[in-house]
Amino acid sequence: MIEASPSLLLVAIPLLAAPVTALLPPGRLPWLMTLVITWTCLALAIWQLQVVADGSVVSYELGGWAPPWGIEYRVDALNALVALIIAGIAAITLTYARRSVEREIPRHQIPLFYAAFLLCMDGQLGISQTGDVFNLFVFLEISSLSSYALISLGQRRQALTAAYQYLIMGTIGATFLLIGIGLIYAETGTLNMMDLNVRLADLYSHRTVHTGFAFIVVGVGLKLAMFPLHLWLPNVYCYAPLAVTVFLAATATKVAVYIMLRMVFTVFPESLVALTPTGLVFLLLGAAGVLFASVAAIYQPDARRLLAYSSIGQIGYMLLGISYGTALGLTATIVHVFNHALMKATLFMAIGALIYRIGSSRLDRLAGSARHMPWTFSAIVIAGLSLVGVPGTAGFISKWYLLLAALEQRDWLIALVILAGSLLAVAYLWRLVDAMVFQAPAADTQPPREAPLSMLVPIWVLVLANVYFGLDTRLTVDTATTAVRLLTGAGS
Amino acid sequence: MLSMLFLPLLAAVGIALLGRWPDLRETLSIVIAVSVAACAIALYPHVRAGAVVTVQLAEPLPGLPILLSVEPLGMLFALVAGLLWPVTTLYSIGYMRGHHDQHQTRFYALFAVALGCTFGVAFAGNLLTLFLWYELLTLSTVPLVAHAGTPAARRGARTYLGILLTTSIGLFLLAILITYSTAGTLDFRRGGILAGQLDPAWAGLLYALFIFGIGKAAIMPFHRWLPAAMVAPTPVSALLHAVAVVKAGVFSVLKITVYIFGTGFITDSGAADWLIWAAGATILLASLVAMTRDNLKARLAYSTISQLSYVVLGAMLVTQPGIVGGALQIVMHAFAKITLFFAAGAILVATHKTEISDMAGLGRAMPVTFGAFFIGSLSIIGLPPFGGMWSKWYLGMGTIQAGQWLLLAVLLFSSLLNIAYLLPIPVRAFFAAARDGTALTGIHEAPHSCLAAMVITSLACLLLFFYPDPFYQLALDVNGGK
Repeated sequence: MIEASPSLLLVAIPLLAAPVTALLPPGRLPWLMTLVITWTCLALAIWQLQVVADGSVVSYELGGWAPPWGIEYRVDALNALVALIIAGIAAITLTYARRSVEREIPRHQIPLFYAAFLLCMDGQLGISQTGDVFNLFVFLEISSLSSYALISLGQRRQALTAAYQYLIMGTIGATFLLIGIGLIYAETGTLNMMDLNVRLADLYSHRTVHTGFAFIVVGVGLKLAMFPLHLWLPNVYCYAPLAVTVFLAATATKVAVYIMLRMVFTVFPESLVALTPTGLVFLLLGAAGVLFASVAAIYQPDARRLLAYSSIGQIGYMLLGISYGTALGLTATIVHVFNHALMKATLFMAIGALIYRIGSSRLDRLAGSARHMPWTFSAIVIAGLSLVGVPGTAGFISKWYLLLAALEQRDWLIALVILAGSLLAVAYLWRLVDAMVFQAPAADTQPPREAPLSMLVPIWVLVLANVYFGLDTRLTVDTATTAVRLLTGAGS
Repeated sequence: MLSMLFLPLLAAVGIALLGRWPDLRETLSIVIAVSVAACAIALYPHVRAGAVVTVQLAEPLPGLPILLSVEPLGMLFALVAGLLWPVTTLYSIGYMRGHHDQHQTRFYALFAVALGCTFGVAFAGNLLTLFLWYELLTLSTVPLVAHAGTPAARRGARTYLGILLTTSIGLFLLAILITYSTAGTLDFRRGGILAGQLDPAWAGLLYALFIFGIGKAAIMPFHRWLPAAMVAPTPVSALLHAVAVVKAGVFSVLKITVYIFGTGFITDSGAADWLIWAAGATILLASLVAMTRDNLKARLAYSTISQLSYVVLGAMLVTQPGIVGGALQIVMHAFAKITLFFAAGAILVATHKTEISDMAGLGRAMPVTFGAFFIGSLSIIGLPPFGGMWSKWYLGMGTIQAGQWLLLAVLLFSSLLNIAYLLPIPVRAFFAAARDGTALTGIHEAPHSCLAAMVITSLACLLLFFYPDPFYQLALDVNGGK
């Protein structure tokens, strides 16, 4: 069972390392430990993806109990891709994070910070590996609880409110999910995803199952900040410590998108989903999210808030892809999950570098910084172009597939919404560029120095990745195609 | 071909590194520009012989590679841009130094990048590649437009970026996607890829999306970016907004007409029947607006808008002389208009005057500049013995062959308007006295390198009348050499 071992190790290693990290003396050691763990996880994730890239499925029975009685880790191309995103972003964030964490977190809390970070990552990795819905809920709570703690460590006092707001909303979401899982468990007596799919096929017209489905969709919708359930997100991204913002912005909502895909396409049978207005709801909310959040982003006075609203808009694109339920649409969603993680991580890291040097991400404080921090500025421009979807960048690939999916359905209106979203992205990014290039800085401010190398190198690795995955899409598109084949194949 | 694309991009890096030594930096710019021009000339006989060179750079989407390939129309465009780059570099050295501009390294580096993107557009082997370089060209020229960093430059850059990106993402990309989802390919093929795939009733709409989506062609009402971009330094206006950027737009229109729709399909479906009037209206309206502008560069900008629509008109006539005329217009207008912009920049450097009404009497102090301006004007108008005549000639033939008498009248009337807004400038400069009666002493010609550049391009206008053949043959080859 050598193929299954990365799956188990991915979950076990960070989980075991977290308490050890918490006990380490404050200083560089906890960071070093976390760094090693995250890079190990990345290596495991790459290995795992290579195993399942051909469309095979790896199953691991926890404790030797055969499914559906025991917990099963079930990994196909989609799981492996999500795990790769999580581990990859975690590794690169950690490489970048040392200086910002040393500045933002009180010295005695640093080991705890890294321990919570590991737990958060572990929860997300667990979600990506498990084939059991209750186990999924447990991992979701692990990652959520640790992220509440991480957010509340932010320097500003608003971080506490943000964390509290997220705690309330997140708990409501998790509760809804749990109620939903409870309802379908009551109907079927199983928690295994594949088993649920088989059993629910006969029960698809039951009112209880429908109620369970509704609870689950709304619960996950809260977690993925689906418009209009997004209210917690801007404050979280704005006030959390830098490294946490980068990590959560790139992974947290993506993992929720993954849960949504699994629930809608694997757990619940197609016959049930077809009875519900799920597609229409996702379509309307997705389109509304793209437009509303992108317009709202234009009016934000703070770069981090601006990007947070942009994230909500980007989630709208992913929902649009899900709403079509076609191969093209789902490919678009999965590719965009990957690409958006890349570009948002780059943008938030670059903004983080600005904050590190300038002390604020308010647009008026960033005035004129492009001249003094040209490398950071260029990174923002290139990642921004990727966000807009300019050809030659990763963002173009996902936009292309999404637009093709819309045109395939002759859905002209949605195609126009997607294009309008791109143009709105130009508008809000121009505000950032405008502030950094053309505005004159206040007279009494010291010109900032270029960001330290330990930040610039990870930023530019991601920038190059943005360009690379815009030109060579074998990893993203091929994996997504395989994943979609398994996803829709399993549902029918 | 590859060297033409990547030499400029590499040069940009070199220029950026050599920023501390201006002489070295400018030498490098000239050397690269000259060698690119040499590459273009060396490539010419191969293309004439019918050789097809294709290079695949990457394949981001299955079946949609980033592909470079050279064909007659692309060769024609690349030749124009390649030949005019060294001249412009020569000019900008004098201009930038004479004008004591800031950030010259950034200027030269981005200039080289923009040229690289232009060659990318010229050699694009399919529509996706064309779109890629088209967008990169927009983005790389924005900092050049905003070069001065003043609030006016910032506003100009915002209009420039806003209109070009809105049209290209909102309309052009949509048109490309529709093309791809109906035809299943984006390759450029002789005879087009849409015939038999697309319902002719929709062809007009798709064609409109392309024509208006290619904002660089400046068809009204998407022309506002061009006057806005005139805040850029004059060499930028000269090369980018008389040659590279705007010509990339009309070049794309020609290319899509011939290789995506195919002339036969356009005639059969009547796609261009009413769109051609958008081009006709732009020709006249822009000429009329040009007459009202007192700022020299603004007047030239509107003149460019008008002249660009000649190319679009030629494409939409879909007759053989129309296509030839459109292709020749790319060449002739480039050489003539760059001369006019050079002159405008020379006047600015030497006298700091931008308004036409202040230029009366300047001709006696700056005979070479205004002489060049005179020659450029005559070529734009289309009078012999200057190259501009040939493109007007073939466009006129095209309208006659298509039986569009009204459009012929539009062309002729527009030529009259050209006379009315261009010729008074040199005439008054030579023969009228300055308005306020001040003696124009102490005004000398612009730096030598500026004068040399102007003389070269105006001689080229003359030469193109007698020897249009290299370009004419290429233009003939575009539509299969019928």
